[in-house]
Amino acid sequence: MTYDFLQHYWCFIVSLLGAILVFLLFVQGANSVARSLGYTEEGRRLVYNSTGRKWEFTFTTLVTFGGAFFASFPLFYSTSFGGAYWLWMIILFTFVLQAVSYEFQNKIGNFLGPKTFQFFLTLNGIVGPLLLGGAVATFFEGSNFIIAKDNLVDAGAITPIISRWANASHGLDALLNPWVLVLGFAVVFLARVLGILYVMNNVADEDIRSRGSVRLVGAAVPFLLLFVAYLVHVLLKDGFAYNDEGVIYMEPYKYLNNFLEMWYLLVLLLIGVVLVLFGIGKTIFSKGYNGGIWPAGIGTVLTVLALLLSCAWNHTAYYPSTADLQSSLTLANSCSSEFTLRTMFYVSLLVPFVLAYIIYAWRAIDKKKITKEELQGDDHAY
Amino acid sequence: MLQNLLLNIDAGTIDWSRAQFALTAIYHWLFVPLTLGLAVIMGIVETKYYQTKDEFWKEAAKFWQKLFGINFAMGVATGIILEFEFGTNWSNYSWFVGDIFGAPLAVEGIVAFFMESTFVAVMYFGWKKVSPGFHLASTWLTGLGATISAWWILVANAWMQYPVGCEFNPDTMRNEMVSFAEVALSPFAISKFCHTVTSSWIIGGIFCVGVCCWYLMKKRHTRLAVESMKIGAGVGLVAALLAGATGHKSGMDVAEVQPMKLAAMEALYDGGTEQGLKLIEGIEVPYGLSIMATNDPKGYVPGINDLLNGYTTPDGKTEPSADEKIARGKKAIEALAAYRKAKADGADEATIAQYLTTINENMKYFGYGYVKDKADLVPPVLVNFWAFRVMVGVGCLFILFFAVILAVTYKFPKALFKKYDITTLPAWHYWVAILLIPLAYIGSECGWLVAEFGRQPWTIQDMLPTWASVSDLQSQSVIITFFLFLVLFTTMLAVEINILLKQIKKGPEL
Repeated sequence: MTYDFLQHYWCFIVSLLGAILVFLLFVQGANSVARSLGYTEEGRRLVYNSTGRKWEFTFTTLVTFGGAFFASFPLFYSTSFGGAYWLWMIILFTFVLQAVSYEFQNKIGNFLGPKTFQFFLTLNGIVGPLLLGGAVATFFEGSNFIIAKDNLVDAGAITPIISRWANASHGLDALLNPWVLVLGFAVVFLARVLGILYVMNNVADEDIRSRGSVRLVGAAVPFLLLFVAYLVHVLLKDGFAYNDEGVIYMEPYKYLNNFLEMWYLLVLLLIGVVLVLFGIGKTIFSKGYNGGIWPAGIGTVLTVLALLLSCAWNHTAYYPSTADLQSSLTLANSCSSEFTLRTMFYVSLLVPFVLAYIIYAWRAIDKKKITKEELQGDDHAY
Repeated sequence: MLQNLLLNIDAGTIDWSRAQFALTAIYHWLFVPLTLGLAVIMGIVETKYYQTKDEFWKEAAKFWQKLFGINFAMGVATGIILEFEFGTNWSNYSWFVGDIFGAPLAVEGIVAFFMESTFVAVMYFGWKKVSPGFHLASTWLTGLGATISAWWILVANAWMQYPVGCEFNPDTMRNEMVSFAEVALSPFAISKFCHTVTSSWIIGGIFCVGVCCWYLMKKRHTRLAVESMKIGAGVGLVAALLAGATGHKSGMDVAEVQPMKLAAMEALYDGGTEQGLKLIEGIEVPYGLSIMATNDPKGYVPGINDLLNGYTTPDGKTEPSADEKIARGKKAIEALAAYRKAKADGADEATIAQYLTTINENMKYFGYGYVKDKADLVPPVLVNFWAFRVMVGVGCLFILFFAVILAVTYKFPKALFKKYDITTLPAWHYWVAILLIPLAYIGSECGWLVAEFGRQPWTIQDMLPTWASVSDLQSQSVIITFFLFLVLFTTMLAVEINILLKQIKKGPEL
């Protein structure tokens, strides 16, 4: 295993975690439409109990995504989290609110009332995917940061910091870029699509399933419009490339070239898009079909994986700086040492085992669909 | 020009970032010990159900799992902030040691968090969906996941106290891991893990005993109270004894690698051999500190002044003064700057090698190069002194408490306890047990205060001080997030306590 291989391997693992995280945002998506999808108090409870059995996977994947990024590309962790402070803090804040909302909302003694926590779930359901989608968009659009490692040797400075954000907004400036918002909202509507598909599959309730088919159209149309617009924009825009000496420069149609030069990513992207469309289309047009979450979910993972890899592999700067082009982060200049990447490679061999027990436990819990009757007899129901 | 842009940081950012990390860590540590402690208790209770098939044990397990769940959610919620704060508020730190520090966090996510989150769902919702054996395994695996998570985060924390298994790379300007085994199996980490986890079991034990005493006082759920109390007090006594033993090992570790922390814990300014252990100011156990630090009544323990001015131990080992360490740290930083410049300018290999030699010779004191006043090297003495005493005092009290509870419950020795019936004691006996719950939390938090305040001013001992670790943020931004977290966590804590109390009042479905 060469150092270069390990860098690309860890980029793959982090991207895969990111792609799985986007799929698992179905929890947020369903919560953001719980009011209309559930319609009645009883219906909403079914929705919350459906997503409430999976929210910890989303949460854990987010944390593991952060940990894996930290271990494999610490300069990204340092630059992005320390620089885009507000963007990340708002994301984290909404996830904190979500984490307690399931357990607390309907418990006796909740003096804030269930509606407060249901509001938190809705807030997280919209803001979480919006800002996470926006954060992903900055991989293509760039961010305002500067890196100067030599500051570390300025012992006379009050704080010898190596990276800083080039303006005072600390990440919120990304939201002024309309293309960041386009991808952000695309992820919001994708999460809704997946959320509706998941609930339709997981809850045995005809009212919810019939409402789900209608709501699905309302979420799928804006998602497709926004996603196609962003994909076309990315394929046509100049990208951030670097040469063998590590010098970063702008290359016309960089991301289109990446897909053409790495044909396997293009295949992955096309299969992913087809699967998402199949999952949505079959659910809308085929009465009685409720399994759309699986093709759409797998399609989401493949599509996001292809997109993330296209902005990092093939001599591409994956976290570009618009303030100082040469500060942009590439796999080579931001990764951990060869020893650490190699050690973590062996740790990552545990991932299939982890996935196996997750699938086993998930199937055990979901083999019986959730019903109103089940909730009445379950003393741990949310 | 870039450099000027980068160094425009106000000192308030450092203090507010420290305050924010302390706030979130203290809140997180309110919930984690109960998670670890209750995991053992509910595991034992459900095992009883699996063995006996008695519905009583099933309902008892469900009851403790319900309380576990309410607390678990807050632990998860407060935990996510801590991981990301290393990046958001301590970005320089994240780069300087990310090559080593990131690995345990990633392993924690892959190995522990997924185990917890997968099996906790089976534990809550799987009673009617999976076999009793699978359910029991899920309950234990939930606790095991939480414990493995504690292992990896304490490996990371122990590395900050005692950085091992790494080397500085002047080309990448950071420390890089050279031995994963040294990091993951550091003796400091092992002691820290054993002490932290066993002290968490004490919290689980006292929480369980306190809840049971409330039922006994109210004459409700007597069987659940008595049976659970036996388990809670049993776990608590074993844990308290183990915490004492592992605490002693931790004390020896601190004496060896963080002597300034130990000196602050003891408010020891001028050290020497045959040092006594202060119980409080003016009262001390002869030779106590020397035994605690070195396992030898005649052992040498340096004081704060010794550490600042330099000292020689009776066996001839010399420790340089703080001034000398600062000078050598500055020398390392200057040599590093010269090395970088020489490389950029294409200087000859002999010149570069000379700078490299200077860096390596002085690297041990690299962090001291950022220190401007040696007084900054002394951690807050008052906090360390009293926090240590409260922690140890509470720990000793609990050994006695759990032993008495078990003696009364089992009426052993009979001659002493045969006239006592645990179900009919005067109310104030039960109140004592209930009021010991907050005391246990105070003791537990004091443990963290000693560990973290004692490490100041270092984020990584001797390697990087807090002011060289922080992110480039305006203090106003950190002040806002500090108060947002304060309000949020305090409100959620109030909701959680209220829900817990109502749930306890409601009781199990027996």
